[in-house]
Amino acid sequence: MADQTQDTPKIAVSGLHKRFGANQVLAGIDLEVGRGKSLAIIGGSGSGKSVTLKCILGLIKPDSGSIRIDGRETTGLTGTAREQVLARVGMLFQGAALFDSLNVWQNVAFGLMQAHGMAAKPAREKALAAMAKVGLEADLAEVNPAELSGGMQKRVGLARAIAPEPEILFFDEPTTGLDPIMSGIINELIIERVRELGATALTITHDMKSARRIADTIAMIYQGKIIWCGPAGDIDHCGEPHVEQFIRARSEGPIALDVVRA
Amino acid sequence: MNRWNFLAAIGRIFIVFLNTTGHLILFTATALRHVVLPPFFLRITFQQMLRIGYFSLPVVGLTAIFTGAVLALQIYIGGSRFNAEGFVGQVVVISMVRELGPVLAALMLAGRVSSAIAAEIGTMRVTEQIDALTTLATNPFKYLVAPRLIAATLTLPLLVLVADIIGVMGGFLAATQRLGMNAGIYMKSTMDVLEVEDVTSGLTKAAVFGFLIALMGCYHGYNSRGGAQGVGAATTDAVVSASILILLFNYILTDFFFS
Ligand SMILES: Nc1ncnc2c1ncn2[C@@H]1O[C@H](COP(=O)(O)OP(=O)(O)OP(=O)(O)O)[C@@H](O)[C@H]1O
Ligand SMILES: [Mg+2]
Repeated sequence: MADQTQDTPKIAVSGLHKRFGANQVLAGIDLEVGRGKSLAIIGGSGSGKSVTLKCILGLIKPDSGSIRIDGRETTGLTGTAREQVLARVGMLFQGAALFDSLNVWQNVAFGLMQAHGMAAKPAREKALAAMAKVGLEADLAEVNPAELSGGMQKRVGLARAIAPEPEILFFDEPTTGLDPIMSGIINELIIERVRELGATALTITHDMKSARRIADTIAMIYQGKIIWCGPAGDIDHCGEPHVEQFIRARSEGPIALDVVRA
Repeated sequence: MNRWNFLAAIGRIFIVFLNTTGHLILFTATALRHVVLPPFFLRITFQQMLRIGYFSLPVVGLTAIFTGAVLALQIYIGGSRFNAEGFVGQVVVISMVRELGPVLAALMLAGRVSSAIAAEIGTMRVTEQIDALTTLATNPFKYLVAPRLIAATLTLPLLVLVADIIGVMGGFLAATQRLGMNAGIYMKSTMDVLEVEDVTSGLTKAAVFGFLIALMGCYHGYNSRGGAQGVGAATTDAVVSASILILLFNYILTDFFFS
């Protein structure tokens, strides 16, 4: 085991590069998330937020750079070694990504049964408990997820992510496409569940309200790099023009100029 | 514009071809590894066998009965030109069991099953369900690809066996009802000529075709990109490539059993 002292960051990313053809999406991302902390990555559409997350999860292979979880390098892992890392991770996808061949409780119990080898009966019990924690009634257990609204699907996705009690939780745009009330509810659920599990959380979003609510630390990604990273409370007077423009949703500023020039 | 551009175009097509072939070979190798190594998802494999086999019975049965009947009439017409009408039963059973049963059943299933697999896995790809599987520590090859490959490879021979029987029945009905041949003599000549090797070669073909059908569906679905349009393209590609591979391997296998 790599050294796991109290101050080893739970997730440490350094020098992460990824290009798709001519498109250099990530040009040296450096990030650290401490144990039990919550980081939000903000940034414009197409800035590489989802790609960063998928690299950390091992869904996309980065061109270069290091990703360490609990101090242990994960970039080269495959097969069982990768699955062991993933068994400690929960992920809520942008579009919920529920399995439409399974009903709600089977979706929520999937990780318990596949990765942790739990039998169907106790897994169902645990799935129902996880559903209750995100405000889903037990009578939804047998419903097909395709019949649920977007907000309900996000809740099922959240229940599926938390059911195996992971140490790390990833949220890809948890509030995008939801009305303000449902966004607020999802934010609160995320905060409560992360706190209860004592998990480390990494959220990517372009919803500033959500980022401020969920995160201890906010990082902004721009042109493949982290251009600013600091405590959530400092973001309003950080003095970085790109960040200022982004959080005030101004159409004029350094970001708009780049778009015109490009 | 000039002939060098022309050559460059050929070169590009050739490179794309090699690239695709390489990808497909890698995909097949990975899939086969997960077919033979545990854990196995038996329940899912069984579900897929039901979907592929049982629910294809009507289509395959109808194809077989009409083909057998048409075959009897055509062979009668051809045979009567040199007084060989008596061979209808023999020729029907051999062409059905060795050739038409496996090929027609496989082509029908390329349309029915390859497309369904490509659409299902393709949708799972574009809606990030495959990524979700991976993050839940489940290998998509193990959970999605291997059960379908196993199910199709095991099921197609069974379907073809049914198709063979129904096809011979079709020929029998046409011969006795339409051509007025004697039922007992027809059946006897059919059974006398049939050899074990006819059946095993046909069923071997069927197993290979079943594998190809599922492989093309999985490959194109797994690699689909870009929303609904990508899934649509994957579905078409799966059916077309499965059909072509079935015909190609039909020749290769026929040649193999011939020698
Ligand atoms: N598999 C892929 N193949 C090729 N290009 C890709 C792939 N995945 C992402 N990209 C490209 O990478 C860039 C960043 O994409 P990404 O999905 O990370 O953006 P994002 O920051 O999550 O945006 P959004 O807020 O809209 O979700 C985009 O230009 C996208 O086209
Ligand atoms: Mg994204």
